[in-house]
Amino acid sequence: MKTIEEINEKIKKGKVVVVTAEEMIEITKEKGTKGAAQHVDVVTTGTFGPMCGSGMFMNLGHSKPRIKIGGGRCYLNDVPAYTGIAAVDIYIGATAIPEDDPRNTVYPGAFKYGGGHVIEDFVSGKNINLVALSYGTDCYPRKKIETFINKDNVNEAYLYNPRNGYQNYNVAVNLSNRVIHTYMGVLKPNMNSANYCSAGQLSPLLKDPLYRTIGIGTRIFLGGGIGYIAWYGTQHNPDVLRGPDGIPRAGAGTLAVIGDAKNMNGMFLKGASFIGYGATLFVGLGIPIPILDEEMAYYTSRSDDDFWAQVVDYGIDYPDRVSKSLCEVTYGQLKSGTITINGKEIPTFPISSYSKALEIATLLKNWIGEGQFLLTNPVQPLPGAGSGIKINTLEERILESI
Amino acid sequence: MKKRMILRFKRNTVDKPIVYRLVKDYDLIFNILRANFSPRADSMMVMEIEGEEENFRKGMEYLKTWNVDTEPIEQDISRNEARCVHCGVCTSVCTPEALAIDRKTMKVIFNYEKCVACELCVKVCPVKAMNVFFD
Repeated sequence: MKTIEEINEKIKKGKVVVVTAEEMIEITKEKGTKGAAQHVDVVTTGTFGPMCGSGMFMNLGHSKPRIKIGGGRCYLNDVPAYTGIAAVDIYIGATAIPEDDPRNTVYPGAFKYGGGHVIEDFVSGKNINLVALSYGTDCYPRKKIETFINKDNVNEAYLYNPRNGYQNYNVAVNLSNRVIHTYMGVLKPNMNSANYCSAGQLSPLLKDPLYRTIGIGTRIFLGGGIGYIAWYGTQHNPDVLRGPDGIPRAGAGTLAVIGDAKNMNGMFLKGASFIGYGATLFVGLGIPIPILDEEMAYYTSRSDDDFWAQVVDYGIDYPDRVSKSLCEVTYGQLKSGTITINGKEIPTFPISSYSKALEIATLLKNWIGEGQFLLTNPVQPLPGAGSGIKINTLEERILESI
Repeated sequence: MKKRMILRFKRNTVDKPIVYRLVKDYDLIFNILRANFSPRADSMMVMEIEGEEENFRKGMEYLKTWNVDTEPIEQDISRNEARCVHCGVCTSVCTPEALAIDRKTMKVIFNYEKCVACELCVKVCPVKAMNVFFD
């Protein structure tokens, strides 16, 4: 048994044993979970995938004369930002697109530039064109401003991503007879391709499946800088199908994360366009897991062959909210390049970058090894299985019937 | 030898049976991978050409007499290494497997030799790392 305080002392003295989740698998094969728990102090994880549940708050500073952008309209490189907050605070969401974007009018749309791209440009230090329109008040008389903003001339700029780091995800196939364009990429008809989106054995929440060490307040790697877990993410759903050891076999936990965008960079936050679907943001996320005991050594050493995901039809079932799994496959099978469903061999394609995930886990390992990054005790755990969370659906309700 | 070439035709030559001569007079085998022809604009054709080196050279010289610009395909297809995140989305649409995943590193490898310049990767790449300059 180790405590986070003891591990932090080792980090400060430069004596910590920190390894990536990939390395932990090999170490445990050699030493067993007991030996690995004694030897290893910290396992680093990482993931790098498109995460639509991302965005950035900014305080723009006040113009002379003042303008109340709050309640008005605001555009960053033509992409609309949310203004329904204080006078010069705005929020730019990853999926926002310019009002004149042709969208899917000529199908499939390209969605060349959106909120995710604004965020990438901003953290990369580029100048962003700002246009704001408002109605004018006695204290904020101005009605229009056009200028440029960047990392150095705004006040606060912080990422606040309401849903990142999904603990496991669907494998998408297409049972319809036409090519479809989805957030899981382009899916060939008649189940001729299967796309998946998880870092598998490097994925943070898969390696702490019961949320024993990852919780509210945990310090993390976010977008190339340092961030924190602010809350459990939207659609956090701990009560999904789990294996006998508690590892979720479908999309389960999620994280809401926060961090100073000024210290992030475009290597780990990349604006993305999904053809026929929309704009989003690739987010780099890494979480250290303290090896407090043998159980944590066991969980962090599970490999792609131990993690299962559900195969879901995005041609007919998913759009109609039919929750049906066609079958289960492991990330080991998915990463091999083919899976077999009902005797049919189907090529598999990733959406999230394993090599970037490994880069993040390695970078975080180096930060900890060099004493630059200390671990944190969660302020409060994430809600676990049996905590009473259930996922509601949106129904067309008539007031009298509620 | 075998090479993938882009041929660009001037607008006034589209009604001439030009590439046919590559077979007839220069004993070259060609396979058309892509063609975009219009009587009102300059046209292009992407093809794999196979034959004796000497014949290949002469064939290209013959094309020049018709003002057909020729260049190897590699010069027109590129990956922006700084933008590519190796997500793998492009591999799902690349039928000739010019873009494929190295299973050891899980990085996307780009093999120009196999590319047929269909440009599907350009359309699906989420971070716009693939560039093809045809006109």
